[in-house]
Amino acid sequence: MEIDLPVSASRPKYTKNDFVSGAEVRWCPGCGDYSILGTVQQTLAKFEIPRENYVFVSGIGCSSRFPYYMNTYGFHTIHGRAPTVATGLRCVNKDLSIWVITGDGDGLSIGGNHILHAMRRNLNFNILLVNNQIYGLTKGQYSPTSPAGKVTKSSPYGSIEHPINPLCLAIASEATFIARTLDTDPRHMGAMFERAMRHKGVSFIEIYQNCIIFNDKAHAPVTGRDTREDRMVYLEHGKPLVFGRPDNKRAIRLNGLHPEIVPFDGKTTQNLLIHDETDPRPNHAYLLTQLVYPDFPVPFGVFRCVEKPTYDDLMNNQIAEITKKKGPGTLKTLLYDNSTWTVP
Amino acid sequence: MTPPANNPPTPANTPHSPVESGRVKKGRTALATVRFAGDSGDGMQLTGDQFTDTTAVMGNDFATIPDFPAEIRAPAGTLPGVSSFQLQFSDGLVFTPGDRADVLIAMNPAALKVNLHHVKKGGLLILNENAFDKDGLEKAAYAANPIDDGSLRDWQTIKVPLSDLTTNALKEHPLRASEKERCKNFFALGLMFWLYDRKLDHTIEWITQKFSKKPEFVNANIAALKAGYNHADITELMPTRFEIFPSKLESGTYRKITGNEATALGLIAAAVRAEKTLFYGSYPITPASGILEGLSKHKEFGVKTFQAEDEIAAIGSAIGASFGGALGVTGTSGPGLCLKSEALNLAVITELPLVVINVQRTGPSTGMPTKTEQTDLLQVLFGRNGESPLCVVAPRSPADSFDMAVEACRLAMSHMTPVVFLSDGYLANSAEPWKLPDIDDLPSLRAAHPTASDAGTFKPYQRDPRTLARPWALPGTPGLEHRIGGLEKQNISGSVSYDPDNHEKMVLIRADKVARVAQDIPPLGVRGPSQGKVLVLGWGSTFGTIHAAVDEVNAAGQGPVAQAHLSYLNPFPTNTGEVLKNFERILIPELNLGQLLMLLRNRFPEIATRFVGLNRVRGIPFFVSEVRQAIEEIL
Repeated sequence: MEIDLPVSASRPKYTKNDFVSGAEVRWCPGCGDYSILGTVQQTLAKFEIPRENYVFVSGIGCSSRFPYYMNTYGFHTIHGRAPTVATGLRCVNKDLSIWVITGDGDGLSIGGNHILHAMRRNLNFNILLVNNQIYGLTKGQYSPTSPAGKVTKSSPYGSIEHPINPLCLAIASEATFIARTLDTDPRHMGAMFERAMRHKGVSFIEIYQNCIIFNDKAHAPVTGRDTREDRMVYLEHGKPLVFGRPDNKRAIRLNGLHPEIVPFDGKTTQNLLIHDETDPRPNHAYLLTQLVYPDFPVPFGVFRCVEKPTYDDLMNNQIAEITKKKGPGTLKTLLYDNSTWTVP
Repeated sequence: MTPPANNPPTPANTPHSPVESGRVKKGRTALATVRFAGDSGDGMQLTGDQFTDTTAVMGNDFATIPDFPAEIRAPAGTLPGVSSFQLQFSDGLVFTPGDRADVLIAMNPAALKVNLHHVKKGGLLILNENAFDKDGLEKAAYAANPIDDGSLRDWQTIKVPLSDLTTNALKEHPLRASEKERCKNFFALGLMFWLYDRKLDHTIEWITQKFSKKPEFVNANIAALKAGYNHADITELMPTRFEIFPSKLESGTYRKITGNEATALGLIAAAVRAEKTLFYGSYPITPASGILEGLSKHKEFGVKTFQAEDEIAAIGSAIGASFGGALGVTGTSGPGLCLKSEALNLAVITELPLVVINVQRTGPSTGMPTKTEQTDLLQVLFGRNGESPLCVVAPRSPADSFDMAVEACRLAMSHMTPVVFLSDGYLANSAEPWKLPDIDDLPSLRAAHPTASDAGTFKPYQRDPRTLARPWALPGTPGLEHRIGGLEKQNISGSVSYDPDNHEKMVLIRADKVARVAQDIPPLGVRGPSQGKVLVLGWGSTFGTIHAAVDEVNAAGQGPVAQAHLSYLNPFPTNTGEVLKNFERILIPELNLGQLLMLLRNRFPEIATRFVGLNRVRGIPFFVSEVRQAIEEIL
């Protein structure tokens, strides 16, 4: 469900700078997080939501320093637990715009359990998962999204683990809004953040991010300037998945359950896979997650956007309903219930 | 019941009158301890509850203790499947469920075997003869039938074919044979009602309401109850019948309450008085789940219960709720508290109010989940990384759990600190009469929050000069945007700081802040003389046992012995040292290996040699006789 958010009209209420806390940003020069931070600040400035109603909640890791740099309310919690703190906050305040900032280690390893349940419950907050396929703050160990064979400080002979695809986890949890974007495309990132803000329910956005120190160019084979036209595909609702250089446009077609790449003439969409982000079944979105490098172009954009009652609404509605039925509680009736007896 | 801290000692209770053989005698007794035992499926907890309710309505003081296995339904008739319930009631005040029972009713051989050592020598055993068949004896691993082999010669044994008598009494009732047999717990209850001259009407009313949708069960259960009562009356089965006069309780309105129930009600009351939403994040765990279940019923108070995916999420959500301005509470038992440690430290460093209920059970690890212990005191004080001070309070009885839950909330919100509430498995499930408080006497717990008008001067770590509490600024307040977190913060400004001197300063401020809580708690009271030879000092659920033991010693003329009980374990009341220094020996009974003892020896080294520990870790409360003996040994 989309919610109507007041958007600044001719004279914006806020500028990007209103969301800059002034704390010295301590990410490494060239870190992808700078662009994510700037884009979030820019996105918030487009809306008229009062600044005091934003809360950024994070765990531990490079990306989790995020709240300190936002001139909003913020809570830098402990490793993997940001969704739990956000859950409690969401349950007691329905007016806040809550953002959980996490990474591939924080969100998928130590905090995997919480992110799964936050998505399953459809809590109304936005989760930005910054995926650089490495442990940065602990200085270079493999993460749950590092590819098999990855040589890192803790896997000098190559990682023997199979990576998890964050979007598969989101879909398995039936998150109601799922998207993927990348740090080098602020325009696309901003569009995804805006969509997430307008979505009522949990929003999960995986951001391909570059760790310039410990895992430089990890995403470059897909998102690199020279390769992206052929190896990335931008999802658009109701349209085929078209990618490739102008002289070699291609699209995706389904052969049974299997996707295959076919040439695209710019017109004929018959037989092509048409993107439907509103499909209530998770099958379509899951199929898209299986488009991976090097066999397929990697999809970016909104994989899934469906409506479902939020946990916080259900909680508040149940309380309202019971209170209406029983009448508001008083301590007198609570303590002096029907099991009392009197000693004269 | 729990008397006010300085109640005068009650006269010693006279022992159970000896039962004479031959014709039924009408006896009178001052107090009695009865025990119901059977298979998990026999409804012994329910039977015990009904006996208790009737006893309460008839005006007696009482204390109960259930004793049930962790297994839901171990195979019927086996030793692990035995479920028991013990109750002590009196015409005076009662402080414990009784050391050993005067009467045991055992529904099968396994129940007898598991419970025999809980019965006084010379006590009465009422045995369901029908269950003492070959199969039943084998399941209980009896080589010979204890009814016949003389092994019960130290007790008075009464054989009753409970199953047959119940089925016969219900011959005309339209139930299946197995359903009739299952009414035997009410037949047994009828026998016990006769034995202690109890009225049947309260239970009849309860049965009528409970089974209102199934009239055939109403009729059958009432018939079984009356049949048991009449059977005892007509057959003169039991040699004596006892009468217990009502207790002289303080006038007022009472209800029966367990520790878990009282804790839940206390949390709600605190939220109402604080005009805040109560948020309770918890993951089911024995023996704390009752609090989650109790709170989830009370949505009409706006109570938000969150059954989290794990213990960490439970406390994380409570911290988030507290950050948002609600009364954030999480509840668990020992193993769950281990999991919460890191998040508890987050609440310590962010200086948010948080109440952590720990219903202690035996450890280490899973231990004996349904059994009680006081072994988490040092864990809650020291079981976290860094210098991590927080407040610790402990209720002394089921009813006191209400007051101490309110206290925990009060201290958390007024001092911006986590407060751990140390209940235990015994308090959680035991019941006693609770004299209901006057609602208007409950303190107002309204917390102050900075507002938009403070925007110019607000600093997240600017402290109240008296308490050192930092301001509780809520998201959504214009102009107070700030960031908190697990990284050390610069004093006052709240920005991230790695400055060595600042860190040391913050460590000391946090410690001082918690120490200053002592300004706002009542002094330690003494029951009995304020100086002398022996003081018995306890904390938590040992209160009733110590009270009864001290009374016995004093009544026997061996005293005077004084009693003090710590409701506040960190910080201690400011007069603690003064109180202790006035006694030559200080006996500290604890259901652990000496945790309070260790703290006191460290805190008061000048009197360290005066402290004497009494330490048991068997998963059950102290017996009064054990504490009494320990007192006698140092007198």
